[in-house]
Amino acid sequence: MSKKTTVKTGGKAVAGKTTKKAAKPAAKSTVKTSKKAAVPAKKKQSFGGLSEEILLRMHDLMVKSRVLEERLIKIYKAGEAYFWIGGPGEEAWGVPLGMLARKGFGPENDWLHLHYRCTPTMVAMGMTMIDSIRLMMNRATDPSTGGRNFSSHYCFPEWNVAPVTSPLEVQYPIACGTAQAQKRVGKGALSIVTGGDAGTAEGDFASCLILASRKGQELPVLITVQNNGYGISTPYDGQHGETHIADRARAFNIRSRVINGNDPVETYLALKEEMEYIRKTGKPSFIEAMVTRLYGHSSADGANKKPALFDPVLSFEKRLIDAGILSEKAAKKIWEIYETEGVNAQEQARQEPSPTPESVWDHVYVNNENADWRKF
Amino acid sequence: MASIAQAIRMALHYGEENMGVKDIFGQDVGAPLGGVFTATQGLQTAWNSTLDERGIIGMAMGIAMAGDRCVAEIQFADYIFNTMDLLKIAGNTLWCTNGQIQLPMVVMTPVGAGIFGSVYHSHSFDAWASRLPGWKIVMPSNPLDAYGLMLSAIEDPNPVLYLKSKALMRHKGDELIPGEPVDEKELKAMIDKPVQNADGWKPRWPELEKYMVPIGKGKITRAGEHITVVTYSRMVHLCDEIADKLAEEGISVEVIDLRSIYPYDWQLIKSSIEKTGRVLFVNEDTEVTNFGEHLAYRATQELFYQLMARPRVLAGKNLPGIGLHPNLEKNSVPQLHDIEAAIREVVAEVP
Repeated sequence: MSKKTTVKTGGKAVAGKTTKKAAKPAAKSTVKTSKKAAVPAKKKQSFGGLSEEILLRMHDLMVKSRVLEERLIKIYKAGEAYFWIGGPGEEAWGVPLGMLARKGFGPENDWLHLHYRCTPTMVAMGMTMIDSIRLMMNRATDPSTGGRNFSSHYCFPEWNVAPVTSPLEVQYPIACGTAQAQKRVGKGALSIVTGGDAGTAEGDFASCLILASRKGQELPVLITVQNNGYGISTPYDGQHGETHIADRARAFNIRSRVINGNDPVETYLALKEEMEYIRKTGKPSFIEAMVTRLYGHSSADGANKKPALFDPVLSFEKRLIDAGILSEKAAKKIWEIYETEGVNAQEQARQEPSPTPESVWDHVYVNNENADWRKF
Repeated sequence: MASIAQAIRMALHYGEENMGVKDIFGQDVGAPLGGVFTATQGLQTAWNSTLDERGIIGMAMGIAMAGDRCVAEIQFADYIFNTMDLLKIAGNTLWCTNGQIQLPMVVMTPVGAGIFGSVYHSHSFDAWASRLPGWKIVMPSNPLDAYGLMLSAIEDPNPVLYLKSKALMRHKGDELIPGEPVDEKELKAMIDKPVQNADGWKPRWPELEKYMVPIGKGKITRAGEHITVVTYSRMVHLCDEIADKLAEEGISVEVIDLRSIYPYDWQLIKSSIEKTGRVLFVNEDTEVTNFGEHLAYRATQELFYQLMARPRVLAGKNLPGIGLHPNLEKNSVPQLHDIEAAIREVVAEVP
């Protein structure tokens, strides 16, 4: 491709890293140590006792995720991808989740069964921008699907990140299966499942509530719903009779709460508490997080920012600045660094190979055992 | 001789003892019932799921994703249809993840007619299953194959659908499973749960040995020269019976028990058709878009100039269901006389 990315950026390019290592903040210098003492105690308490390091890390990752999602949308709008779907607006929910998950391979670590608005979680776990962009641009180098699936359909088995599926809600009973294996190993690991509010109408959601909660056979599953108030174009009230989706969990004696998923502090604290409960008891827990669908459902409905909606990234950034934890200059720098990373990643992804036509037969069966009946 | 139900039970026992099977589950699969056909009685890792086919398949996918081996059961194939998209996903997970996520799971389910099971205990699933790329599909016709195919299914790193004919669950073969006691009463005393006073019962398992039937390999059950009949599962026995009958008239029928639907043993089919020049495909799933049609298509494409007659498919009629009354069932799926008539017709055809 000969297209040039037109977005102007500042700061040093950091794109192009292909290794899946843990996410690091873009700017370590964002903590203004000289002002620490001047921050009023009252304002500190409003962050729930979280350290400045955690707060700044959350902010950094939220910005990174937002910039990445906006980059993906630009790639779509530039005609360099067929479709976009993602999670801008869910950063305050997804980033703490990715930070708190016990990351690793095997049943002693947490499993994550995510849906297609999970970019913030993946960024927080350490996914590089370019690996998301490779998926978006259907490159052969896309580590999740090799160019076979839509954006945000991540799969990182080395971190127990199960493949994101387009059919909604199937991830819920699958999460019970990985939880069964984790329970057997007994290392306090849990299976985390995420999904939207509309998908809870599927029977698989109820399957999960039942499978996870049977008396004496409870499973260590963190069952979550991100309620953005819509199923594509249909508002919540047109799809639900229950006041809160979380109320359904209570019928199964599952510990349950509704949280403001637009507040990363509230989310962080709630997730931490529920994860600890599950690790300790082996029983399920349920969180319904109220979130914002900031760019609509997908590219199919325009993928344009809805200015009237609450923006959790800008809001959290303002809180940190107001509290003296982050300077405006440092914040601006973070946005710039990630913008540059995104642009460079797009440029690099363009140069990378496409899947070959012959590769359609790859991986139908394990070890590329022949799947073509013409060759039986 | 063991029945197919006993053979499956012994295979599952071998699997949990020696092949890492950690969960055998489904509706009524665990104690006290041990499966509606007793195929899971007395197994250590068997447990009862909820009455939720999608929950069963989803859970199996998760267990397999986490790296553990499991065998899940859908109580009757008639109730598997609401899991179709999960089966689709299980079949495409390896492909969608570019080879990253394997799902080594076995799903077993009773299929087919033959017991007057009415509309919802008579469905076949082989034609449907053949449209699930990424799955391997097996259909045993006798206890030894039931044992060997189950071990192969457990060992296979791909999802395997194990379709067991409900009409054959009490069928006994003529070959012993390695380790099976010669006296079937002794076997029964060892591994069948008593109907009365079963409290505290535990099976005494024979010293079973590993015996694998490779997935994708068929078997000739009757050697013949005049026509090839390709079939599987319950229909093997009907075809064998007709082959024996027609042999007395000098009509030599070669019967192939395909054993695996996918991958299938084309080389065996091909070499047989090259010998006989005539072929009939027999199964009991509905006839429109039937798996036998695919085989007939391939036979026509690859062996056209060696054929002495048009390839035929004899399958279940294209009906919404199989009615309970024997008059209805027998006029819905192939019967002995249908198979005999079809063979005679193909053999008599003059090119």
